Amino acid sequence: MFRHGYEDTGRRYTLQILQNVWMHLHPPRLPRHALNFRFTWCMGGITFLMFLVTAVTGVLLMFYYRPTAEYAFHDVQYLEFDIPFGMLLRNMHRWSAHGMVIAVMLHMFRVFLTGSYKKPREFNWSVGVILLLVTFFLSFTGYLLPWDQLAFWAVTVGTNMARATPVLGHEGPFHPHDIVTQSNDVRFALLGGTIVGPSTLLRFYILHCVAVPLLASVLIALHFWRVRKDGGISGPL
Amino acid sequence: MEHFLELVTKADNVPIMAIMFLLPFFTWLAFSQARRNDRAGTPAEAAQKDKVYVWPYLCRSEFVCAIIVMLILAVWSITIDAPLEEPSNPTQTPNPSKAPWYFLALQEMLVYFDPWIAGVVLPGFIIGGLIAIPYIDINPKGKGYYTLKERPFAIGTFCFGFFVLWIVLMIVGTFLRGPGWNLFAPWVKWDPHKVVPLTNINLTYLLGIRNDQTATFVGFIFVAGYYALGPICYLWKIKTSKFLQELGLVRYIIISFLFLTMFSLPIKMALRWGANVKYVWVTPWFNI
Repeated sequence: MFRHGYEDTGRRYTLQILQNVWMHLHPPRLPRHALNFRFTWCMGGITFLMFLVTAVTGVLLMFYYRPTAEYAFHDVQYLEFDIPFGMLLRNMHRWSAHGMVIAVMLHMFRVFLTGSYKKPREFNWSVGVILLLVTFFLSFTGYLLPWDQLAFWAVTVGTNMARATPVLGHEGPFHPHDIVTQSNDVRFALLGGTIVGPSTLLRFYILHCVAVPLLASVLIALHFWRVRKDGGISGPL
Repeated sequence: MEHFLELVTKADNVPIMAIMFLLPFFTWLAFSQARRNDRAGTPAEAAQKDKVYVWPYLCRSEFVCAIIVMLILAVWSITIDAPLEEPSNPTQTPNPSKAPWYFLALQEMLVYFDPWIAGVVLPGFIIGGLIAIPYIDINPKGKGYYTLKERPFAIGTFCFGFFVLWIVLMIVGTFLRGPGWNLFAPWVKWDPHKVVPLTNINLTYLLGIRNDQTATFVGFIFVAGYYALGPICYLWKIKTSKFLQELGLVRYIIISFLFLTMFSLPIKMALRWGANVKYVWVTPWFNI
């Protein structure tokens, strides 16, 4: 735009999208109803925006946080009281994570109500369901990191379900008594121990900051790519 | 009441308050468009099929939308601080201990089913069922526009699951469940010493069966009979229903299984609240 001026032509509009690595996620043109807020509610885009905000604020938070039982809680306190805008940073991270959960549920609701999961978009709907799960898991793993009473017990309650997993949990139905015990079932794999402890904190930190965001990024790329490949935004035939 | 206001204005409960306003608004927005489309016969979007340029029209909308959302987020982050309680202490269990708000519907299900069902099997079916939706819904109508008339069953089932079994249970779990996971009305102070008589009994005991083996067998008949409702309807209607013939047996079995599983929760809730039923089917290995 700055190098060759800006002619007000359709060719220019098209190039603006095609010649930009960020913009070319979009098609050059799309049906008029896709601009309608009443139709899309913007919820998919808001979910992605919230994901970006959590990614940026999350990276900044990582500078001040050590995922060990000795330091975690005090690092969060330090962040809140001593670091300039530390509290704001933490608030933005937490509230945008909550916002992402709300937006992703509303996005799914909209996609269902407009029947946008129907042929040929079946596969992309499935990717979306997995992304919903990933969003919950991202939010849940992050919940532990402040290492306060709220975090500790919410995660204790949440992960207690795993002990009741049929066959694979040490209190679940049909588990082989001599083989699946408290110290090798699925809950142990998730926590790295028999209760929520320092190794759980490290596990959840790595899942929250590396593993799950990577998975989410890959699935988001797939999700966006499929939107284009399946014919762009849904609409009446 | 003061205590309830405190609960409602708790920082981590803000998202639930937001949902309580956002969801009715968006439901109204969707259903008003659906009614308009149904009345007109053709969806309003069909008249807007002409193409417009993404730059500048869509990019402009996205930009404005992003700015508005970031503004809301900024105000939210400046005015309300993220909670931080005392340092974690494994020897001091708070009562009640609650999962994060988006998992409270699952925690609420624990009241009615054992953990292996409420915490593992049912969430698995929720995810599996959601993924299965496009493959079992063969109705070609209502693709890409809002409608109620053309797919009442699909929308009715989804809305029941989403509103009643997910959102309402989440709200109940957050605002009405107190110490001991007992129900407290909003105006009642949470009393950790509230005594609730544990008078729940098994359905077979209620029916007068005292022998364990007979109880297991009768319970099995109840559960199997409930799931047999699907195939019975199929055999009854298959001759006359063109829809069922097109749907096919496999899809039908998946739909009826998921549908009946979903409704087992409200049925179990009704049995618990109405008749203090603990389990329907008791076996030496598991209880349902």
